[in-house]
Amino acid sequence: MATENVERVIDAKQGIAAELEDAGKSESIYVAPQWKLMWWKFRKHKVALISVFVLAGFYFAALFCEFVAPYDPEAFFTRYTLAPPTRIHFFDASGALRGPFVYGVTRTRDPVTLRPMFVEDPNVIEPIQFFVTGTPYKVWGIFDSNIHLFGIKAAQADQAFFILGADRLGRDLFSRIVYGSRISLSLGLVGVLLSLVFGIVLGGVSGYYGGLADNIIQRVIEFIRSIPAIPLWMALSAALPPDWPVVWTYFGITVILSLIGWTGLARVVRGRFLSLREEDFVLAARLVGSSEMRIILRHMVPSFLSYIIASLTLAIPGMILAETGLSFIGLGLRAPAISWGVLLQEAQNLRSVALAPWVLLPGAAVVLSILCFNFLGDGLRDAADPYSR
Amino acid sequence: MLQYTLRRVLLMIPTLIVISIISFAIIQLPPGDFLTSYVATLRQQGEDVDTAQLVALEEQYGLNQPIYVQYWKWISGIVLHNDWGRSFEWQKPVGDLIWERIGLTMFISVLTILVSWLIAIPTAVYVATHQYSFLDYLMSFISFIGLGTPGFLVALVFLWVMLSTFGVNIGGLFSERFIDAPWSVERVFDMMGRIWLPILILALENTAAIIRTLRANLLDELNKPYVETARAKGVKENALIWKYPVRVALNPFFSTVGWTLAALVSGETLVAVVLNLQTSGPLLLRALTSQDMYLAGSFILLLSTLTVIGTLLSDILLAWADPRIRMEG
Repeated sequence: MATENVERVIDAKQGIAAELEDAGKSESIYVAPQWKLMWWKFRKHKVALISVFVLAGFYFAALFCEFVAPYDPEAFFTRYTLAPPTRIHFFDASGALRGPFVYGVTRTRDPVTLRPMFVEDPNVIEPIQFFVTGTPYKVWGIFDSNIHLFGIKAAQADQAFFILGADRLGRDLFSRIVYGSRISLSLGLVGVLLSLVFGIVLGGVSGYYGGLADNIIQRVIEFIRSIPAIPLWMALSAALPPDWPVVWTYFGITVILSLIGWTGLARVVRGRFLSLREEDFVLAARLVGSSEMRIILRHMVPSFLSYIIASLTLAIPGMILAETGLSFIGLGLRAPAISWGVLLQEAQNLRSVALAPWVLLPGAAVVLSILCFNFLGDGLRDAADPYSR
Repeated sequence: MLQYTLRRVLLMIPTLIVISIISFAIIQLPPGDFLTSYVATLRQQGEDVDTAQLVALEEQYGLNQPIYVQYWKWISGIVLHNDWGRSFEWQKPVGDLIWERIGLTMFISVLTILVSWLIAIPTAVYVATHQYSFLDYLMSFISFIGLGTPGFLVALVFLWVMLSTFGVNIGGLFSERFIDAPWSVERVFDMMGRIWLPILILALENTAAIIRTLRANLLDELNKPYVETARAKGVKENALIWKYPVRVALNPFFSTVGWTLAALVSGETLVAVVLNLQTSGPLLLRALTSQDMYLAGSFILLLSTLTVIGTLLSDILLAWADPRIRMEG
């Protein structure tokens, strides 16, 4: 068993070495630590690599949403109701290049249908600038600032730049999506961390001790997985008092989602424990008198940590989706909280979707982030075992 | 086989008891009870509440008794007398409201499983035997999109596209004149004309998942020596692939079909809300928002019970097909 493993590792290392030959790194492979091998393996998964950058952008926006969003997400103007995305121009009417700019937009009504129309005024030119001064804000309630990543100089009340259009109340949809990412993206992380705690404890007990404990925990997992999750989530979140503050509801929803979410992680942890329990190094540690806790934490956990991280990443999309779905039907977070699901509530009204299809765009943010997490998780899972071919 | 079946059926009993306790807990979750809401509704409508009637109702539901007695009254009413309690929003017995909707939910979910297998299995076999072909890349791309897009969003986009390009609203399971009509041959035909869209939307995610895993399983299987042996013996390629590696690679799907059913019933809830289907989703949502708790609790109880029974049936089928499972227990 042990020699077989060593041979497998050497085989795999020779394989990677051959691939690295032209890079002139073939020697370093034999002394490379495990994390370096993982990184080399991960690097080969190009889509996963791109996903890392996209997700980093998403989380940057979530962390500094006040700075990234050009406007206050709650500022509403009836004159901008359902305004379409503002067109960005590079050449003015005479054909001269003027860099990115937008024309002033005035709202009129179609004389026949009486529908509101938004007409560009070629005489008013507002250049789009980076680090523009705008509405003052406080980052994390500590730092005061009024610098925004991008925008136009004019005040929102006079002339607005809606990169993704405006909603039913004339609020900037892009700013709202950016603010919404703070709740939607963090809820995924907090949710999997909670599930991880349940999953590691119960999956660990199940896999390490086996026997009756294993049997009971496995039955519980099977039970939870055989009942439909969304109806149960709906019932539980409908029971959260509607007058709770946003933060409480947020944690309430997270706990409700984790109550079912831990089962997948527990299965992964149990599987790893089962296979590692029989390994020689665990037996060796036991023979030299290590305590159970030390064997688990010092020897077993590090060797399956990479698998856990990969399955954690693959569990995040489910959390994001669940929150979006629950908030969308009105049982999760509620306005004034801003999350992607709350924003999508507006798309429930078919009339406003037909008039203003851009209210579906928060859905695009959901899909993009979920795709990235899926790709990233795939890449991590492949890299988790760098010796496999 | 008989012993295995018997043991599984006996194991199901505690599961069902736990499900009923969870459903009852859900009924109890909101503050106040059924009667306080009922009285409040009656008072709002300006009706007098008869004290004698109140006492009678209290007696009937055992509201003045400890919680385990209430639970017993509720569950024994369901099991022994088929009495599911009253929906106070609809002023009807719950039993009259749920059966048709639960039936439609189950019908759609089972049909979705069949449709997704019908699409996914041939596709997965094709892309696995034609690895790195154009179609292989195309299907990987589509299945990634399918996995990343929740059904209710796909439904929303479909609604919008159909409305803006063709001016038709595809929501609902029946055309207007059939919504409240009793079941008839025409009503079934009307439904079949509309049901395929929700089924396709629901099948998308499951199909994508099956294609991805089945392709990976098959690729492992195709390189094994037994395939080579069969080929060397001159077995026709098509017959060979369908008869041996596909059957091995399909095993995990049949063993988890119960979970697939639960996941589909779960996903169907949201899609049905968006598409306004006459299934359990929208009514459950309405019951929950108006705190019509007996109705909501019955939905949870029935949907969970049916998926657990579905899991059991698939387990028994699998044990019948694969003797190794019977032996392991």
